[in-house]
Amino acid sequence: MKNICFYFEIHQPLRLRRYRFFEIGQDHYYFDDFQTEDRIRGMVEQAYLPAIRTIAEMIRSSNGKFKCSFSISGVAMEQLEQYAPEVIDGFRDLAKTGSVEFLAEPYAHSLASVYNRSEFEQQVKLHSKKIEALFEKKPTVFRNSELIYSDEIGEIVSALGFKTMLIEEVKYVMGWKSPNFVYNHSYIPKLKLLVRNNKLSDDIAFRFSDHSWSDFPLSAEKFIRWISELPKSEPVVNLWMGFEAFGFYQRAESGIFEFLKALPYHAMEQGHSFALPSEITKKFDSVDSLTSPYPTSWSGEKDLSVWNGNDLQQEALNKLYAVSERVHLCKDAPLKNDWLKLQTTDNFRYMSHFDAFGTHYTSPYEAFTNYMNVLADFLDRVDAQYPTTIENEELNELLKTIISQESEIATLEEELKKARARKKKEE
Amino acid sequence: MKALMFGWEFPPHILGGLGTASYGLTRGMSEQPDMEITFVIPKPHGDEDQSFLKIIGACNVPVVWKENSWEHVNNRIGKIMHPDEYFWLRNGIKYDFRRIYTNDLGCIGFSGKYPDNLIEEISNYEAVASVLAHQLDFDVIHSHDWLTYPAGRFAKQISGKPLVIHVHATDFDRSRGKVNPTVYKIEKDGMDAADHIMTVSDLTRRTVIEKYHQHPNKVTTVHNAVEPLPDVDSFVKTPRKDKIVTFLGRITMQKGPEYFVEAAARVLSKTKNVRFVMAGSGDMMNAMIDLAAKRGIADRFHFPGFLRGRDVNEMLAQSDVYIMPSVSEPFGISPLEAMQVGTPSIISYQSGCAEILTHVVKTDYWDIDAMADAIYGIVTYPAMYKSMKELGLEEVNNIKWYDAGLKVRAIYDKVIRKH
Repeated sequence: MKNICFYFEIHQPLRLRRYRFFEIGQDHYYFDDFQTEDRIRGMVEQAYLPAIRTIAEMIRSSNGKFKCSFSISGVAMEQLEQYAPEVIDGFRDLAKTGSVEFLAEPYAHSLASVYNRSEFEQQVKLHSKKIEALFEKKPTVFRNSELIYSDEIGEIVSALGFKTMLIEEVKYVMGWKSPNFVYNHSYIPKLKLLVRNNKLSDDIAFRFSDHSWSDFPLSAEKFIRWISELPKSEPVVNLWMGFEAFGFYQRAESGIFEFLKALPYHAMEQGHSFALPSEITKKFDSVDSLTSPYPTSWSGEKDLSVWNGNDLQQEALNKLYAVSERVHLCKDAPLKNDWLKLQTTDNFRYMSHFDAFGTHYTSPYEAFTNYMNVLADFLDRVDAQYPTTIENEELNELLKTIISQESEIATLEEELKKARARKKKEE
Repeated sequence: MKALMFGWEFPPHILGGLGTASYGLTRGMSEQPDMEITFVIPKPHGDEDQSFLKIIGACNVPVVWKENSWEHVNNRIGKIMHPDEYFWLRNGIKYDFRRIYTNDLGCIGFSGKYPDNLIEEISNYEAVASVLAHQLDFDVIHSHDWLTYPAGRFAKQISGKPLVIHVHATDFDRSRGKVNPTVYKIEKDGMDAADHIMTVSDLTRRTVIEKYHQHPNKVTTVHNAVEPLPDVDSFVKTPRKDKIVTFLGRITMQKGPEYFVEAAARVLSKTKNVRFVMAGSGDMMNAMIDLAAKRGIADRFHFPGFLRGRDVNEMLAQSDVYIMPSVSEPFGISPLEAMQVGTPSIISYQSGCAEILTHVVKTDYWDIDAMADAIYGIVTYPAMYKSMKELGLEEVNNIKWYDAGLKVRAIYDKVIRKH
């Protein structure tokens, strides 16, 4: 008897428009709305909508026994609200069934967890607020963008009040350990870790319609049988993947939706059940702790190299995060909005020489120049508000003075009033 | 394996890319242990490097039988060719070429350049080929570029050996589509007669297939490579205040110089610490000087004129960006030379070398905005410069003539087997 835990990631980046250097300082709009809309609509029609429909049907026909969780990045939520509100409605309906859980993550699908702690915390709070506003439920389980995890990040997440976090099955963290147990953080035992089952997840997400795969074709029965064949003592099977797997990477013609629909039947027939991440960590105690001194992720070499592996990416990231303190001080809403969108990991992945997944640029160099041009304009705007000639600390001091000025004046006036009153009395 | 090659140029006396490519390819092929190359050029100067192949000068091959003493021959051409060889080649005269003007040795005078009577020189070259085809021993004939196709064809006709032709450029590249019918005929006849055609890029391969109506199976791309610079460390970039962006090549329609000037104007509208250099000469040079003045950037736009030899590498090494906005470039070896000395390159998609390079910026030749953007990016963002410099160097060092030579060899083997 296994607990199958499904979790689907939904994220689409905002595409930057072609931004030439002579527009720096002239034009402050950075996004290619046409392309963004085109991509998200394509994704919605091919994948999200049919998949949501399928899942709704699975929940209905299994009387709520089928359960799954979603993590939708803030950037993707904004796009869905704008271009495909029917998807948000679909998720709301799913939320009402009670068989669905929404996870917390950084709003901008960013690397803030690695580069700037306070930015990371702000983004997580922003995202939770957004999820609560849309689906009327506060998320309790955390998953980082791209499943990035390290001991340090775990510590921050725990401090933010989360008790469960999802991580990737990475060889040098797991060693011989099986992903099919509940683990905990290396020195904070109350933060429980769930580990993605690499092989079984990718069988669905990437190999399902691969004709050259030795196990092709994959039927629901066969897949559940593999789960049954796992050692008896292992209680959990975590199947996590991008939601695009259904309908986009695995086309509808490949029978992926039929496969999905048949899963609950075969699972129950062979005595398995479905569970949400929050239920699993309540149900099972952790068997061991995991130590991860360096950040791991679910992409490329399972580290951060696809986002910060080369000089271009590092330059862009360093320039971007160098101004985070200043941006935090800003009150300008459009600036803050752009700040979030510029942090999306995809922007940096397009600069990778080896693995520029999903890029719309012809080369990493083009991706870099375009991003840097946008960033140059953005930095100019930040600079206009808080000049870089002033040191961060100095700036903080000045601001503190300005902010506390009012309360100071108020207390002084209060005192003055009292003194005046006293004086009157005496007279 | 013995190959008889017909070429037109050979270093150190070269006028264009053909000589460089001929040298590199033969040198790469000579690393194959059983490869023997005889390379025919119209007029050798005697200082060519013959350590890895044998060079025969067409101007020293008798095509009309004349009686001469051994001493006289030795006096006349002894520096370049052994008199015994002269007498031995003389036995290969089987046709009457007395209609051609010859000197006292019965040899034809060649300029070895691109003179006005080029067509005549090409057909004279054919006469020389007939003598060589009768007398030399070889397995395959290899003709470099259209000037030598007729010679190759004739040699094939005489010897019955397979002919491979190497297309370094077509008239469509040189003329932006307005082809010269005489040249086209020579090219087309050569391709029709060839057993196999090699092109320097897929771009050229497409032209050969589409414009010269060749069967795709008969056309193979063998990308050019670049000879390693022996004294690469001697080129050191002098630190200076201004960044330098360089265009280097003939200033003609084919190379797209006007797009470079326009891109320069855009860059200078935003930033001032950049200088632009247009090295070379050509029929559009004055027009470009005018254009630079008209755009008001003449103070930052420089024309050092035609550079050769070490000056070329020196100029490339001193540059921060090398740009080649060619409208139609069969291959274009200069970006590879720039990358060798660590200079990032911007090239047009319409250049053959774009097919094999990744650590360069590629734009369309007409897209001056993209070009300006790339220039700006490289001179403004150090990470971009550093990345392109380091990765580009690594990349270009792995493009070897030896590998190109192996591809040529495979084609030789194929045509000989079929023959």
